[in-house]
Amino acid sequence: MIAALIFYMFAGLAVVSAGLVVTARNPVHSVLFLILCFFNAAGLFLLLGAEFLAMVLVVVYVGAVAVMFLFVVMMLDINFLKLREGVAQYLPIGAVIGIVLLIELAMSYAGWTFAPDVEAMLASPAPSGGEITNTAALGQLIYTKYVYLFQASGVVLLIAMIGAILLTHRSRSGVRKQKIYDQVGVTAKDRIEIRKVSTGGGI
Amino acid sequence: MFTIGLAHYLTVAAILFTLGVFGIFLNRKNVIIIMMSIELMLLAVNLNMVTFSSYLNDLVGQVFTMFILTVAAAEAAIGLAILVVFFRNRGTIAVEEISQLKG
Repeated sequence: MIAALIFYMFAGLAVVSAGLVVTARNPVHSVLFLILCFFNAAGLFLLLGAEFLAMVLVVVYVGAVAVMFLFVVMMLDINFLKLREGVAQYLPIGAVIGIVLLIELAMSYAGWTFAPDVEAMLASPAPSGGEITNTAALGQLIYTKYVYLFQASGVVLLIAMIGAILLTHRSRSGVRKQKIYDQVGVTAKDRIEIRKVSTGGGI
Repeated sequence: MFTIGLAHYLTVAAILFTLGVFGIFLNRKNVIIIMMSIELMLLAVNLNMVTFSSYLNDLVGQVFTMFILTVAAAEAAIGLAILVVFFRNRGTIAVEEISQLKG
């Protein structure tokens, strides 16, 4: 009973905030509702017993991705009202496609049953009985069976990082920077000049 | 009603995915909201994966959820970087203006 109520709370809040993400007038509000949606999805993950992924969702998505969105929304000086022009024009086709998609998904999910012999076909059955935590079980899996995939995802992140830096880096002119080579190459002649000063003449 | 089963979670995921698709159509001009809609759709897919993983007692679904999360984070970073560069060059993020590559 209580578990069901908690599920409905998380699910309802996730759906409502997802709806507000796409309909909010102010993109900053959209990002904040996206964060709320991620939090509630993390709650659903917890209910499903995927504790590690729930924490990853909060740390990576709320802590990094959503904040990155927030930075970009606030950094760029964009007239968002102008971008909202023509929303009413796109509303009908969006609603039609959304409803059709929802009906199709409902039709495929409604009578979902697992095959009777599915237990024998599981790739890596979860350890039962609670003798090992979800995080430990996941770790034992990704560092053994899926280690190459795990490394590959690390490479994906590295390439994304290099790409993002390369794209947004720009060399600006008119900025005073250290020129190490010039500084080291200075000799006394460049700095000090000895002149003969005639008496009462000045330089 | 009070026993939460597979269908409940799948319904939530389906609604989230539909809202993501709806958001792409609704905000045709604003790339930032389109990217947020894509994140919503990826979240729905992740929810599906974790649901099946949990109800099948198979951990592989959660492993792959982690890889989806990784790729989604990389995609968001690259997409926002492209967006920032585009805004710097053109002064707008309207999608309709992004037609240079059509030639």
